This record gives sequence, C-alpha cells and structure tokens, in this order.
Amino acid sequence: MTAPFSWVRPEPWGIHIAPADVWIDPARAVPKALVTHGHADHARGGHGETIATPATLAIMKLRYATSDGAVPVEYGESIGLGGGVTATFLPAGHVLGSAQILLEHAGERVIITGDYKRAPDPTCAPFAVTPCDIFITEATFGLPVFTHPPIEEEIGKLLAARAANPDSAILLGAYALGKAQRVIAELRAAGHSDTIWLHGAMEKMCRLYEEHGIALGDLKLVSDAGKDDLRGAIVIAPPAALNDRWSRRLPNPVTAMASGWMRVRGRARQRGVELPLVISDHADWNELTRTIADVNPQETWITHGREEALLRWCDLSQRRARALALVGYEDEDD
Amino acid sequence: MEDFAALLDALVYTTSRNRKLALIADYLRAAPDPDRGWAMAALTESLDFPAVKSSTIKALMMERVDPLLWQLSRDFVGDTAETASLLWPEPQDAAPQPPASLSDVVAQLSALTRASAPTQLAQLFDRLDAKGRFAVIKLATGGMRIGVSARLAKTGFAQAFDVNVEEVEEYWHALTPPYADLFAWAAKGGPAPDLAGKPRFRPFMLAHPLEESSVDLGDYATEWKWDGIRVQLVRAGDETRIYSRSGDDISATFPELLNQLPFEAVLDGELLVRGSAQGGETGGAASFNALQQRLGRKNVSAKLLRDYPAFVRLYDVLLADGRDWRAHPWKLRRATLEALMPRLPASHFDLSALVEAPDFASLAAIRETARDEAIEGLMLKHRESPYVAGRKAALWYKWKRDPLLVDCVLMYAQRGSGKRSSFYSDYTFGCWTGDPEAGGELLPVGKAYSGFTDAELKELDRHVRQHTIARFGPVREVERRLVFEVAFDSVHTSKRHKSGLAMRFPRIHRIRWDKPAHEADRIASLRALIKD
Repeated sequence: MTAPFSWVRPEPWGIHIAPADVWIDPARAVPKALVTHGHADHARGGHGETIATPATLAIMKLRYATSDGAVPVEYGESIGLGGGVTATFLPAGHVLGSAQILLEHAGERVIITGDYKRAPDPTCAPFAVTPCDIFITEATFGLPVFTHPPIEEEIGKLLAARAANPDSAILLGAYALGKAQRVIAELRAAGHSDTIWLHGAMEKMCRLYEEHGIALGDLKLVSDAGKDDLRGAIVIAPPAALNDRWSRRLPNPVTAMASGWMRVRGRARQRGVELPLVISDHADWNELTRTIADVNPQETWITHGREEALLRWCDLSQRRARALALVGYEDEDD
Repeated sequence: MEDFAALLDALVYTTSRNRKLALIADYLRAAPDPDRGWAMAALTESLDFPAVKSSTIKALMMERVDPLLWQLSRDFVGDTAETASLLWPEPQDAAPQPPASLSDVVAQLSALTRASAPTQLAQLFDRLDAKGRFAVIKLATGGMRIGVSARLAKTGFAQAFDVNVEEVEEYWHALTPPYADLFAWAAKGGPAPDLAGKPRFRPFMLAHPLEESSVDLGDYATEWKWDGIRVQLVRAGDETRIYSRSGDDISATFPELLNQLPFEAVLDGELLVRGSAQGGETGGAASFNALQQRLGRKNVSAKLLRDYPAFVRLYDVLLADGRDWRAHPWKLRRATLEALMPRLPASHFDLSALVEAPDFASLAAIRETARDEAIEGLMLKHRESPYVAGRKAALWYKWKRDPLLVDCVLMYAQRGSGKRSSFYSDYTFGCWTGDPEAGGELLPVGKAYSGFTDAELKELDRHVRQHTIARFGPVREVERRLVFEVAFDSVHTSKRHKSGLAMRFPRIHRIRWDKPAHEADRIASLRALIKD
C-alpha cells in the first residue's frame, strides 16, 4: 500500500501525477499536460498533448498558432487519464475558460485551483466550490492588506476621471487576457457606450472573447484614431506599454492601471500610475481564506504567491497546510 | 475629513506639478474654515502631536492583528501608516457614524496623552475608511512624504485665491495654524494680517545670470558669490528667526545664531561654517561640503556645534532699528550695513567684502581665481537698486565662474518622471580607474538629467534602448560607449560613493558622439580638482 496522496508530486516546474504521467500547468514542454487557463505562466506551448477547456485551447491556439495535440474537456466533464486517475474540469472564475482540476485516484480527491477568484465576472463562469481531500490553492494576494473592493466602485473612478479630464486620454493598463475584457464588459454594464480604443496587442483576444459570446461593444485601434479622437476617450493597453514610447502619441494621458497590486501606494507610484484601480482576477485575502473554509479540505497546499501569510492563517485556524514553492508563477501585472 | 483624505490620496498619485497645484487649490476653495487652515498646516508639516508615535500605531495594531501577519504585511507595504490603515478591522456594528471633520480630528489629536492615545485613536479609526485612517495616521505621526513641499502648498494657496505667493510667504511664518487671518484676507477680502512685533520672512531679492558681455562698474558694485546657503535673519521683539531661501524656518538647525543679533533687524546673508576654503585662513569659511553636515537637522549635537560652527556673512540690510530700508538704493543700504557691523558680534557675523576692480576685464581675471577659494563666482549689484522680491531685470546679476569640465562615460540610464516618464532621461556616468586597455574600470562619479535639448533627449533615449545590456526595474545598464562632457561647479570627497567623490551641480555640457569611451577622463584627474 502506498502513502496517502503520494500520487500527486509537486515538482519545482509543475505538479506531476505519477500513475498517469501527466503534468498540471508545467513550466516546460512535457508529453502530456493539463492546463488550468490561458495565461502564459500556466499555459506554455510545445506539449505533446494538451488537455484543457475549449476556450483555454482557443486562447493557446491564438498565442502559439498551433492546436496540435489539443484535447478539449467541457466544464463538469470527466476524463480518464490512465493509471486509474480521472480529471474533472470545474469553473475557477479567473478568466474565460479557466478551470480548477479535480483529480481522483484510489478514492482520494485533489483539487488544483490554478488561479481563481470569487468576485462576479461577466466574462467567465463562477468558481464552483467542490469538496475534496487536498485543496491546492494559489496565494498571489495572500496578505491581509489585499482586499479588492467591488468592481463597480473602481469602474466609477475610471468614468469620473474621464469626465474630469475632457482633453486627456485615460490610458488604462490592463492585462491583455481577461482583465481588459472584464473591464470593458463592466464599463458597458455601467452604461459607457462610447468607442473604447485598444493597443494593437489587445485586438485578437477581444475578438476571441466576442466569438465566445461576450459582447464588448464598439472597439477601435489607437493606430486608426484621428488626431482628436482620443481626447476624453478611454484607451486600454498592456501594462508594459503605459510608460513606453507607444503612449507618447496620446493627448495628455492620465495613466490608470487595473491591478490588485494597486491596493499598495508604493506599487502604484513605482509604475507612475496616477489613477490606481484595484481590480484583480485573483482571489483577495478574504476570498482565499473564505474559499479554504468553504471547501474545508483535510489539507491545503499553497502553490505560489505570499504563501507564508496564508500558511500562518491556516495555522491560526487550525488547518493543516504546506507551501509547495513552485517556480515561474508570479503575476506582476495582475 | 473625507475631503482631506481624498486630497492626500490624489496628491500621492499625481506627478505633474500643475495637477498638484490644481488639486490643492480646488480643495482650499471648497473646504470650510478652519478645516482648510489645518490642511495647510498639515501639508507644510507645521503640526506636531507628541503623544502619537509610529510605535503607538504599531502597538494598537498588535492588539488586533496577529504579529506575524502584521510583520509580513508591513514588510511588503513598506510604510507603517499605510499598512495600519489597510489592516484596521472594520467595526462590526455597522451603525453609520458621521466622519469626523478635519478640525475635530486635529482637536482630538492635540488633546491626546500617551495614556489616552490608544483608546481615542481606536475610536477615531472606527469612524473612518482606509483612506481616512491613512490621512489621520500621517497627520498624527508627521512626515507626510506625499511629494508636496511647503512652497508648493503655498503656491497652491496663492493660486486658489489669486493672491501673490510672495505676499503669502511674507505673512506665513508670523502666523500659526489654522491661519484664520490669512484665509480671512485671501479668501474673503479681509484686511491683511497684522504682523506688528512678530518676526516674519520677507521674500528674497534674487539675481539673473549675467548674459551681457560686460557691465559698467560705475553702475554696478561687485562682491563674491559665497558657496553656503542664503539666509534671512530676523529679530522682532525678543525673538530671532532664521529663514532659508524658500522661506522655511530653519532656526532650530542653527541655535548658536539665535541670541547673537542684539537689535531688531532683518538681514540678508550667506550662512557658512568656519573653515579656510572660502575667504582666507583666518575668519574664513569651509566649503559647502562641510556646511552640509549641519543642514536639515532638527536637533544639533554639541559635537556638531563645536566641529562646524556657523556664522553669517552679511550682504544686505532690509530693516534695522525700526526703519525699512528696502526702497532705498543699494549704496545707501550698504553704508547702513557697514555702520551696523560694529554692533554685531564678530564671532557670528562678518561683512561680505566688495571686490574692487578698475575695469571689467580685470574683474574677469579676478573671477578666474575664484575657483581656488571654492567660491561660486561674482555678484554684480546695481548701486541704485532697491531691495525687491524675486528677480528683476538689470538690478542684480550673478556671474558664476565657468564650470569645470570632465569627460565621462554613460553607464546607466533611468526613466524620468512626469512628462519624461517614457524617456530614459537620468544618466549615471563614470570615469576610469586607470588605463582602460590595462584593466582600468569605470566607476560611477555622478548623475545628471539636464543640459540637453529635447531633440538630444530623443537621441539619447534611442541610444539607451539600442545599447541596453541589462535591466533593473526602471534602470537600464548600457554599453560603455557614449562620452558626455559633464559640467559641474565643484567636486568633493564623499564616503557614500565608491569613487570616493561627489560632484556639485553636474549637468550634460556636450554629448561627444565622436569620442571613443577609452579617451574619457580618469578618476585621478577628477580627484585632483577636490577643494574640501
């Protein structure tokens, strides 16, 4: 008889499921991978076989221009991986197509969350609380200082800044996959129907979201803008473009950024952000601790982020937990 | 309190000076009295609540948050006030309590004792959101660090009510928070504040750089431009104050001067410390480097007072013995000042001597010797000039000696801020430790972000991007290939820098696209210019 859960083996570059010889979100190319979602630190190209939700596979195809070895699995659908291991993909609420992966083997249930959040998001299916023995969670915002306010408040600030600066472009830095589309959808929900201008790097992903039934309204490229089109307009670009040469073309830009890190003043100032918007696709401290309590596993494993504080919380609430110290998952822009 | 907290929050994130001024002005126009007066006091760091220390805040948090979670959070955030504002547990009973006004908060903070502070602060925090708590903690513990100088706050005030900032400066230091008279005057058209019998700052008269090829020495008198800090000494009644060029009260930094002015007067001079680098072996002054040991301190140790004794070398008299001399010509003020000298203790005052020269050409020759004495250059003052605030054409000129020049190699470039945030506009450059062909290395000797045109900035930005070899956050390390001819005023020994020296006012003089990096200067030749 083998030790409990010895079939789930955390390695520095990913989690290995030994009986089926598959990897979850591996940081290097492997023969067979399960991918939780399309962000580059989780979804790398070059695997022999990639098992993921159809939306995640579509995102990976857009990024890596190939769909060789793609095995689509719908939410709630189970797939046998061999070696007596079954995988089920469950919504994670992080971005379009994002999934937690439930693995079952020899009567033991393990959930790997990938990245997730509990706050509502019109662009993806909500996180499904599912019972399990071992809950393997992220902890990107695993410090009690990180609490994300309701997104309506932050969208309100964006619209107020736009109203207050009719001669300026409001330049919003937002991650090109997920964050940008979520902000656009929330702007539409708040009644903002004007053209939203995009950096070229945003275009294809927005189109992919629309193909998946998420309406984003009138979007145009900054490169197609006339001289005065961008005054009083909202412009969305990847965070790296905020203070780069690209932004020099914008009239008097007010620099905004949508990120959970904006909760901390120093982080916003470091990036020269004038309008920080605390909008994240990750669970904040309260969501992380609430989720562990809701799922109520025998043991919690923490993959990446501020694991020390979350471990401490588990300790204080008398829950068993350990940190896995995986490499390569860190999201500076979220 | 909400408006003030929102103002602080907005100021934190605003880099443009004009936007900061607009934020301050908008707040001051909208806020009621006396809230806006307290806000000005806070922005100019004129408040002190001794019962609240950073440790008080930490102790409050320790009763509410696990110590390890606090420590991890504090380390990540990097600021106690901000961490506490974010971690304060929101009160459980959601009964809405009206947020306290800024004046209420100031009154509460003033009434605190060490013993009452914890409970009182806790009750206050429970009534506020994270922004409000941040504002209260910053207010209570001092040290705003929100990128607003006292001068900027006063300029914002002047802009809000369309008054002259020089006039605001003049009243400012004689008034105390919440500056009711100042607001009555500026915001409501009341009478100017009555300042009789109180020391107050008068705006300095400043000089234009000399651009003419020569001036008639019959019209202009000449004196050295000493390399210290310009100060104004004011005695009214029994009180003496020292003001810096920006109008800040720096009396506490130079306590040895406060009981040395034996009569009511307003005097203009250069504050220096004793030494031999400027103006001779005896009764001379040390270099600016020595003076720097004394600057910016609120408490001065006996050792500093002994090692770096301060004195004032006088330039001008504005008021003396109840008489205002400002409207009178310089020549009359000078004679008045000379007549006052015997009444001033020689231990703490001397007179800035006039430089006599038969003609402008010989004056130019004298100016060349200035470097040996670590003096900044010459001042030319029109003999008929009244003492007027600010820079007025053709009255006073500063004629700085020609800068020193050295060829350095660009090593690192950093992104600028504000309008320049997309450009690599701050340059760190170095000189060789020895022959670069025989293993000599470059060591950084200085940093400059001015002296080039906008067109040159674009070229430099392109150069940095094309020759980057490593990135560290906002900084890029570049290939050692571009030579700058760097101009600077003087160079001093420094323990802080690996090269062992620090330049004063370095700026890019010329970009030597043509010059090979190995022909740049050696550290040794820079070291030979040190005059400490």
